[in-house]
Amino acid sequence: MTGEVAVLGAGMHPWGKWGRGFVEYGTVAARAALADAGVDWRDVGSIVGADTVRGGYPGYVAGATFAKALGWQGARVASVYAACASGAQAVNTARAQILSGLADVVLVVGADAAPKGFFRPAGGDRPDDPDWLRFRVLGATNPTYFGLYARRRMAVHGDTLEDFAQVKVKNAALGALNPNARYRKRVTAEEVAASAVVADPLRLLDICATSDGAAALVLSSMEFARRHGAADPVRIRAVSTVTPRYPNTVLDLPDIATDSAVAAEPAAGTFRASIARAAYEEAGVGPEDLSLAEVYDLSTALELQWYEDLGLCGEGEAAKLLREGATAPGGRIPVNASGGLASFGEAVPAQAIAQVCELTWQLRGAAGDRQVAGARVGITANQGLFGHGSSVIAVR
Amino acid sequence: MSRTRTPVVTGWFTGEGEEFRLLGTRCSACASVFFPREDAFCRNPGCPGGDLEEIPLSRRGRVWSYTDSRYRPPSPYVSDRELEWRPYALIAVELESERLVVLGQTVPGVTVADLTVGMEVEVVPGVLNEDAETTWTTWHWRPTGVTA
Repeated sequence: MTGEVAVLGAGMHPWGKWGRGFVEYGTVAARAALADAGVDWRDVGSIVGADTVRGGYPGYVAGATFAKALGWQGARVASVYAACASGAQAVNTARAQILSGLADVVLVVGADAAPKGFFRPAGGDRPDDPDWLRFRVLGATNPTYFGLYARRRMAVHGDTLEDFAQVKVKNAALGALNPNARYRKRVTAEEVAASAVVADPLRLLDICATSDGAAALVLSSMEFARRHGAADPVRIRAVSTVTPRYPNTVLDLPDIATDSAVAAEPAAGTFRASIARAAYEEAGVGPEDLSLAEVYDLSTALELQWYEDLGLCGEGEAAKLLREGATAPGGRIPVNASGGLASFGEAVPAQAIAQVCELTWQLRGAAGDRQVAGARVGITANQGLFGHGSSVIAVR
Repeated sequence: MSRTRTPVVTGWFTGEGEEFRLLGTRCSACASVFFPREDAFCRNPGCPGGDLEEIPLSRRGRVWSYTDSRYRPPSPYVSDRELEWRPYALIAVELESERLVVLGQTVPGVTVADLTVGMEVEVVPGVLNEDAETTWTTWHWRPTGVTA
């Protein structure tokens, strides 16, 4: 088992469409995390930034950009990019530095200022880029992939549009309780059904928006935490950053085709399932030990897919688990107690860090009206474009 | 003025009418098939590495899943902004002998209401968009029950 690192502080800039730059959001989140940790920025030995490709040039060097905004103080710096999984990679980079003794205290920051409408690839004529190709050749936006997965679940597992709508109803009710969420209004199944179809069978309220927002964490060695007076901090016990195994037979964003299984048998279990399995193995826990899960609900149907990929239920049983109320507040395993992406909208480099912020507040018992009673073990899960797994397990 | 017919991507498909095929590559060492084509390296981690030769893919497959695009996709997708947006369907098609899934647009006129998972479809030549000099060609999927 890998050693643990302490979560000394967590902070966010609220999600929304604020019309300002990502550096400002990130700096607000960083200062909130530092204040929460009771750590002076000048005592931080390393800063890791999760990059935004949409924030422009400074976004590609996010670590240094945030360090400059907070005031140069000579800290070691790193910047990472892994699409939606960037935040988990940033957490993992910080963890590796702490566990190897390179740094005692590390600040992790991710922030984004999202454009209006569909995400699109970087400009120019770039036929060697799969992300450019899927838009040029097929007009395949992110929601069309979500639509393909949703339709496949309906055909194979019998999920219904009503099941998908109930995911939104659940998450919107939780988001209404979260001061950092962008959407803080409860939603009814009728409102989901009345919203416009974006990519059949999914409607506008089945699909997460894109948002401005920022999240930050102050991580430290267990030894530093003790010296700092944090006797019983939330601890990160596992960070999974696995890649797929060939042949990857599930059509993944942004690909136009899957790998062929004609010459090599696919591994048992999908890529998404392997993301969680690696985290469970590293943490020495299983799905039965979880108090809560924060999963990447880019669409309502994808939240159901994660139930199965995390092993919360068997394959094809996610809608049943939802209907039983197991993933709602008070259920056996509440999912997206934060309100999820349904209530936040995605701020790409911040989102996986925000998931860990929610685990931190839940495990501290400081999540207010959305508190999961007696939370001891939490997991986050997401998947970044181009083959980036992301899952964090935190305990207390 | 006649436009030049040019594939939107070079080397991904060939032929006309009944002879139209998607083109992939196959590794001479391990027989792995790749679409979009790999020409420089075999991606099977258990393969010592072989030559990659071009092969036509199966003409027919079955619908793995489908969806549509109710809103105009952003650039670099090309569409006439003067015209009202007309949604098109996208199908992910499972090719049995190659054991892979390939995405594509349906032929014009086929909507999600015409599709079911498991339905047989075939690949046909199609037009993606036209500009002053060029007709950009692509592949389309068409249910085999449809003759139009």
